[in-house]
Amino acid sequence: MKGIRTGPVIPILGLAVGIAAGVLVDPSVPLSLQPYLPIAVVAALDAVFGGIRARLDGIFDAKVFVVSFISNVVIAALIVFLGDQLGVGAQLSTAVIVVLGIRIFGNAAAIRRHLIRA
Amino acid sequence: MATDKEPTAEPIAEPELEQVRSEPARPRPWSASLLIGVLCTLLGFALAVQLRTVDSDQGLTGARQEDLVRILADLQSRQDRLRSEISEQQDLLEQLGSGEDSAAAAVEEARRQAEALAILNGTIAAEGPGLTITIRDPDSDVDSAILLDAVQELRGAGAETMQVAGVRIGVSTALVGGAGEIRIDGVAVEAPYVIIAIGDSQTLSVAMQIPGGVEDKVIQAGGSIDVVSADQVVVDALRPLEEPEYAEPAPDPDD
Repeated sequence: MKGIRTGPVIPILGLAVGIAAGVLVDPSVPLSLQPYLPIAVVAALDAVFGGIRARLDGIFDAKVFVVSFISNVVIAALIVFLGDQLGVGAQLSTAVIVVLGIRIFGNAAAIRRHLIRA
Repeated sequence: MATDKEPTAEPIAEPELEQVRSEPARPRPWSASLLIGVLCTLLGFALAVQLRTVDSDQGLTGARQEDLVRILADLQSRQDRLRSEISEQQDLLEQLGSGEDSAAAAVEEARRQAEALAILNGTIAAEGPGLTITIRDPDSDVDSAILLDAVQELRGAGAETMQVAGVRIGVSTALVGGAGEIRIDGVAVEAPYVIIAIGDSQTLSVAMQIPGGVEDKVIQAGGSIDVVSADQVVVDALRPLEEPEYAEPAPDPDD
């Protein structure tokens, strides 16, 4: 928190704008992307939770956040893509979701300890 | 996956990490904030789109091949089940429909049988083409045997029902008594004896006239006989129906 000028305004604003745009535009997802979009969303959520935690820990780094965000999404999508090619797409996407879910839970627990000290 | 932190590390690691990355805690450059904002916008957008996609019934478009195969198999077995249910119900419907028809036909058949039996038994009045035979007996020489002959001949000639001197003739009718004191089913009757018979009048009248038959016997006994055929005669004398005391309907061996 120390020394961060902009505060959480920009990310929250961006999130709101993105959700509003998605609701308003309502684009149809290309068929080839449809298996990857949910995985990508969960991976990005993991990065965001990690970022929130880092911020509460006071070690937030914009560069790390951006890189982790993008690489999370890309690697998750790659794993699922690879799984699809190998014929184990369903199982691998489940695996990715489980791993990311565990990480999100861990980060959420840390955030909780920070916020309500419990 | 390079993240800000290795996943679930306890806050114990915090000082160390702080040390390592102490310098990024400084105010971020404007461009970094912008990038974060863009990424968050993308996340929100993808989130909303994904929610919409799952929500709108297009969930199948994103499904994998094996899932689709499983769903297809499920749907097919469900379809088979429903199909067989449909054909069962249709069979039942047909059965019920034809059952209604055959029940009505059975009722109609039973009614016709009851009418035929009632005419045979003499429990209802009957009408139709037939003969009216009048036997006069001035010498009181016509006995019950001659009347019985007449009844037998008429029956043999196909009379469907008849009455003699106002008494309906049934299966158990008895004609007894000598000339002048004839009793039919216990009822005393007197000449002239009027016989009304329903049947083919041609055949019936021929049956009366056969040589040595009823007509000859009546004439031998000194009486006279008139046979009048008509398109419409009425047999309206009734017999009480005798309820069988001992006999009961036996079960139909076909059932």
